[in-house]
Amino acid sequence: MAELQISGVEKVYPNGFKAIHGVDLEVADGEFIVLVGPSGCGKSTLLRMIAGLETVSAGTIRIGDRVVNELEPADRDIAMVFQNYALYPHMSVYQNMAYGLRNRGFPKAAIEERVQKAAGILQLGGLLDRRPRQLSGGQRQRVAMGRAIVREPSAFLFDEPLSNLDAKLRVQMRVEIKQLQRRLGTTSVYVTHDQIEAMTMADRLVVMNAGVAEQIGSPIDLYDRPSTVFVGGFIGSPAMNFLPGRVEPDGRHLELAGGLRLALPAEGRHADPGRLVTVGVRPEHLVPTGDTASPLRIEVKLVEHLGADTIVYGTCSAIDAAEGSGLMTLRLNGHHLPAMGEMIGLGADPADLHLFDAATGKRI
Amino acid sequence: MVENRPWLNLISHVVLLLGVAVVVFPLWVTVVSSTHRGIDLMSAPIPMWFGDQFLANYTRMLTAGMDSVAGQPLGLMLFNSLVMALTIALGKIAISLTAAFAICYFRFPLRMTCFWIIFITLMLPVEVRILPTYEVVANVLTPLRKLLGLFGYEADEVVLLGMTIDLNLSMLDSYTGLTLPLIASATATFLFRQFFLTVPDELTEAARIDGAGPMKFFRDILLPLSRTNIAALFVILFIYGWNQYLWPLLITTKPEYVTIVMGIQRMVNVADTEPQWHLVMTATVLAMLPPVIIVVAMQRLFVKGLVETEK
Repeated sequence: MAELQISGVEKVYPNGFKAIHGVDLEVADGEFIVLVGPSGCGKSTLLRMIAGLETVSAGTIRIGDRVVNELEPADRDIAMVFQNYALYPHMSVYQNMAYGLRNRGFPKAAIEERVQKAAGILQLGGLLDRRPRQLSGGQRQRVAMGRAIVREPSAFLFDEPLSNLDAKLRVQMRVEIKQLQRRLGTTSVYVTHDQIEAMTMADRLVVMNAGVAEQIGSPIDLYDRPSTVFVGGFIGSPAMNFLPGRVEPDGRHLELAGGLRLALPAEGRHADPGRLVTVGVRPEHLVPTGDTASPLRIEVKLVEHLGADTIVYGTCSAIDAAEGSGLMTLRLNGHHLPAMGEMIGLGADPADLHLFDAATGKRI
Repeated sequence: MVENRPWLNLISHVVLLLGVAVVVFPLWVTVVSSTHRGIDLMSAPIPMWFGDQFLANYTRMLTAGMDSVAGQPLGLMLFNSLVMALTIALGKIAISLTAAFAICYFRFPLRMTCFWIIFITLMLPVEVRILPTYEVVANVLTPLRKLLGLFGYEADEVVLLGMTIDLNLSMLDSYTGLTLPLIASATATFLFRQFFLTVPDELTEAARIDGAGPMKFFRDILLPLSRTNIAALFVILFIYGWNQYLWPLLITTKPEYVTIVMGIQRMVNVADTEPQWHLVMTATVLAMLPPVIIVVAMQRLFVKGLVETEK
């Protein structure tokens, strides 16, 4: 068990491509950190650098009190769970879990004890003699976890471990991994592109975009106060709506495209008059007003009934005129059943609005 | 395809049976002939059913042999062939496994050049390069002598630090000469390379994290995974080695290095008399046995290795 410290880490590939632009991150002992971002954002590269599978171009990575930049993966005291499990196909479940210990020269009895213990935790007891190919996806996933656990490492690294499972199993394994991590109290770094997985599992989230850590914080922080347009749009499902707007000369009101006036949210009151902004509002914070003549109104184009919720997609004439941007999303209680083509007037509590600078995308 | 056309069924069976007959008939004649007296095979029609000389013929070939091959029993020839086939097969597998491992898993200068040089030799089977290869085998130090020749030094020995070094090192008439020049194999290297490329990178990475160094990874992960490929190659290469004809014919002259394939050729090539076909056929059957045993014994692994990648 140990803390993990990443400072100023960069990755430049031999062809000159810069995948990571200086990431700083401190992971406390026992913390569960999730790296999340779209494909190609560098999250897997960062994880592989921690594991020692990629070289570090600049900066330092510390595990516990050791700088591990130059250490072989085996000497870093970490264990990794891969997306496709990477189990050794010709070895039994037992041998798969024991292999790392055997290479480290553990005595037979100690190996036996650790493997049995891990198998007990992961309910693999009856499967120890099977080959990976005789196991289901979920079981293979557990064996991969077992291989990590038996080593009792300082840190677990997970590289999209649930991507190959079906939706139901994914939810189940998500809970299991989280519980297991709590129980063992091992520092963990988990990479995923699935923001629900990220939100539900993380103690703290790192949202990555184009090789930069855009924001680091607890899931609810990121949901409530996204620091950039990117984070706002990435965290939360369905995604946040963005409207172009301008701060009015009095500095206390906001004029949205289409002529709708809104009082500024408390934190934005000092905004410079005339400043161009992007206003973000989550689908669940938009409320129907019943005023179908409101300047902020949408024409219903598509309705998804999820049971508990109804997701409505519609076009907003005001925004179309201003920006030509696409659909607005609205999340309603499950028993609202709007018809196609219906006009819905919308309003929002100023406190629920997120203001970003239109040019830089940074939160105001 | 599920079809019910009686005529089509009939025709396809006839074609298949014809095919089988074409393949099996010569074998049948061989086996049957090896159980008759020589005199029976000299007159038409040749017998199509087994005779009563099975024991006599086989005992004779295994114990006494034939005059035309210096009265040697077949045992030694079979042994020579076995040594040659096994050494070639195992040697080729060992060399090409390690070569493919180096090419796939290590980054070293001129890696791709090495690969392509190996690959290009695919175009040069033994028969094409047989004369230069013979030249080298006849005296392994030929290149050195040529080099010394450039400096005007031409002699059979060189004196270095008080030691006299003989500049003749011949591999003719030896097991080394029979096998070593045939061991390098581009085909097998290429095959293993292609297989290694299909092994997922994560497996390598998992092994690295599990603390397995390169050689340990090779032994614990790659070798077991290549098991079926190795078996399939072994079968092919064993038969290749067993059937070598031109090369042993060229580089061995002493009777103790005669292989079975050469032996049969000598039995047929007799001057002033008819070949003793019944004994030739007996030798042929005996010569066919080891490859057949290998194929039958390794059939399942062989097919698996060719059609399936175990992952």
